[in-house]
Amino acid sequence: MSDPSERGATGERGLPGAGLVKGLAVTLKTMTSRSTTQQYPDTAPDLPPRSRGVIALSEENCTVCMLCARECPDWCIYIDSHKEEVVVPGAARPRQRNVLDKFDIDFSLCMYCGICIEVCPFDALYWSPEFEYAEYDIKDLLHDKDHLGQWMATVPPPPAHDPNGEPAKEETSAARKAAASRPAPPAVRPDADQDPAS
Amino acid sequence: MPLWVELVLRIGGVVVAFLTLPLLVGQAEHKVMAHMQGRLGPMYAGGFHGWAQLVADGVKFVQKEDITPREADRAVFRLAPAVALVPYLLVLLVIPLGPNDLVGQPLDIGLFFVLAVVGVGVVAVLMSAWASANKYSLLGGLRGAAQLLGYELPLVLAAASVAMAAGTLSLSGIVEAWQPWWLLWQAPAMIIFFVAGLAEIRRPPFDMPVADSELVFGYMTEYTGLRFAFFLLAEYVGIVVIAALTTVLFLGGWQGPFADDQLGWLWTLLKIFAVSFVIIWLRVSYPRLREDQLQRLCWLVLVPASLAQLVLTAAVRIAL
Repeated sequence: MSDPSERGATGERGLPGAGLVKGLAVTLKTMTSRSTTQQYPDTAPDLPPRSRGVIALSEENCTVCMLCARECPDWCIYIDSHKEEVVVPGAARPRQRNVLDKFDIDFSLCMYCGICIEVCPFDALYWSPEFEYAEYDIKDLLHDKDHLGQWMATVPPPPAHDPNGEPAKEETSAARKAAASRPAPPAVRPDADQDPAS
Repeated sequence: MPLWVELVLRIGGVVVAFLTLPLLVGQAEHKVMAHMQGRLGPMYAGGFHGWAQLVADGVKFVQKEDITPREADRAVFRLAPAVALVPYLLVLLVIPLGPNDLVGQPLDIGLFFVLAVVGVGVVAVLMSAWASANKYSLLGGLRGAAQLLGYELPLVLAAASVAMAAGTLSLSGIVEAWQPWWLLWQAPAMIIFFVAGLAEIRRPPFDMPVADSELVFGYMTEYTGLRFAFFLLAEYVGIVVIAALTTVLFLGGWQGPFADDQLGWLWTLLKIFAVSFVIIWLRVSYPRLREDQLQRLCWLVLVPASLAQLVLTAAVRIAL
């Protein structure tokens, strides 16, 4: 039981029973400190930002590029579309645009990896922290585009830009364009502390 | 006051204590254990912080089917929970709550009676274990028997030490003879009695007989419904009994900071709850002892220590 090598590994031992007292002290301290339990159905949970609850669809941003459906690891996104002609007055010929017919995400398959949201080039998909959409029938976990669109109202605003981070691409490119037309202003935001060139 | 009124009052009081104190201790265990583990414990039953959780549990147990295994020894199997419960009820009868005979039944050989009756618990364990016709039950029961027989010895020796110091076997007499400096003089006996008492009621860290991770639930494996609830109730009454005995023998019973005559019952109850809290606290803090460690602690530590305490007590008694 009292293996000498084991004893050496743990270093010198304190008074006999010191470990027992320490154990009692730990439980007593835990008891007197406040529990962090959130009584969920009674009080709304305090979710961290970027919580992955459900995926919201901003339908007008979607161009039916199918990138999300192709990147989805478990193929839970179903997209259907058709082409429509748009007659632009004064143009030589009518333009074509994609119209979204069906955009379904099957949340019984979704593994909440978020690749579809990462890959969307037009910001049509967002994470929403809502998570209370359990259903009695697994079929009802297939959310169509209207249902996905309803989640848009629950998407939190994007976090503020980190003042110490490098400036956004839009800002630098706009500044570069301005610099090309006019010689003077540098490609740095006035409030940025760091040199973006480094 | 005619005899029968007094009798009814005393027995009624003991029955009320028998039915309420274990529930209070059980509820305290729920909440204390939860908070020690960073949880909240029951919060819904009864509305306010789950105060009615054990009542709800009792209702649930009553509704469950009462199953007796086909191979079981029916009569013994059905009798065992009662045998586990009744001794503790009898012990509560003689534990003094306050001075001036505030006790169910004053008994001159109270200590002897208490120790004898608590020892009946081992019979209930063996009855339930053998009658269940289940290997887990049998293993648990044999472990329980070995543990109870082993720890009976330090329990009795530690109690004998305090009886020797007080010069009486009456529990009320021991409380009357008790003086604060006994806390120091009888401290080893108190610790031995408390530890052996924990083992007697099979509380963690001495819950080897019911070790649920290896023996399912030991000798209680085959029990359901009300009979299982009886075993659980016996465990909680056991906590009350061991806490009360420790209070009466070693902590001065009804002797408090002031107004012993009027508030004696309050001091006794406070001490009982404090000791019960320690019992719960130990359960949360310590892991279960292995079977060999359990026996080792008993025979190589507690028994010699209690014998040494006995010698010390005798020496001081003769010197004074």
